[in-house]
Amino acid sequence: MTERKLPPVTGLAMASLTLIVIGGIYLSAHLPQHVSLTPAIILLAASALLLALNLVLLSRVKGFAWDRFFQVGKWSLLAYAVIAGTIEYVFLRNHLSGGPLIVLTLSLVVFAVHVPTLVGFTVARYDEPATVPAATTHP
Amino acid sequence: MTDLAIGAPVAEREPEAAADHPPFEIPKFDIVPRVGLALSAVVLVLLIVAIAANKIWPLMFFHVAFGAGWTIIDLFLGLVLGPIMGMLSPQARVEFTTRLMPKMVVIMPTVVTATLAAGWQVATKTGTNLTSFPQHGWVVASMIVVGVMAVLALGLLEPANIAVLFELKKPRPRPEVIERLMKRFIYCAGILGAMQIATLVIMTKLGSS
Repeated sequence: MTERKLPPVTGLAMASLTLIVIGGIYLSAHLPQHVSLTPAIILLAASALLLALNLVLLSRVKGFAWDRFFQVGKWSLLAYAVIAGTIEYVFLRNHLSGGPLIVLTLSLVVFAVHVPTLVGFTVARYDEPATVPAATTHP
Repeated sequence: MTDLAIGAPVAEREPEAAADHPPFEIPKFDIVPRVGLALSAVVLVLLIVAIAANKIWPLMFFHVAFGAGWTIIDLFLGLVLGPIMGMLSPQARVEFTTRLMPKMVVIMPTVVTATLAAGWQVATKTGTNLTSFPQHGWVVASMIVVGVMAVLALGLLEPANIAVLFELKKPRPRPEVIERLMKRFIYCAGILGAMQIATLVIMTKLGSS
């Protein structure tokens, strides 16, 4: 199988998810006691940075099956938004507030965007783009 | 190593290649079963109601029942079904995959969400997530195990699951793509199955303390 050169979307996404999971565990392990938010904020910022980097790298890929990417990505986004919303509801139900709530909410946002991006990428990388450049179809 | 090679579909195989690869046909299937989505929606609504009511029995029901489901599915898929799939004929493997994987697309996210959301609510209600809880270290250990499993499942397993179904939906699915994705799925399921043993150790320890 001839492999196209693609950015390391899966590796970056897994690193990003790992960072927010570590941040989430750090906060959850200390709640409801007062806990320094600095490590969790740093982890979240690094995770969000990896998400942004992933999106930028992906947007530069030529001849990618964007129609398939968005088709899969939007439905995955809906599914993971529901999952993230359910987890957010648990936080709100338990009267979590202030800094920890903001950090955990933003972590859920990164999660709910990055996983659909990864699912869309994994499907689209094996798909053909809707419009193939003329140069490749008529050599 | 498990051999997951899948021969080319009947329609596009060259006559000379037909002798090398056994024929297989791809049954019709939905990538995401609609009935499954409806059932998943019912489960999530009931989960929200249980969390809103904040009664220990429904919360414990969701956490224990769905947590047990999650553990058993991972163990069974990773350690029993995975190796069996590797030994099936290409035709049997394709039929099995097109029937199992769409269900997994709906079942796993639902089961995981119900287990974690209800589990956190149970922990908050019973105080087991407080640092003052004597077995707090075990609770944190369970979070770490779940965290590792979540990254593997979300980052590798779920995308491979969906991608292999899209590949099988194509008029000319590529056997090498299916093989690669199925390998990823089955190895990932095996690792998750092994990690579920850690979950069993932690949860039985917490349950008996």
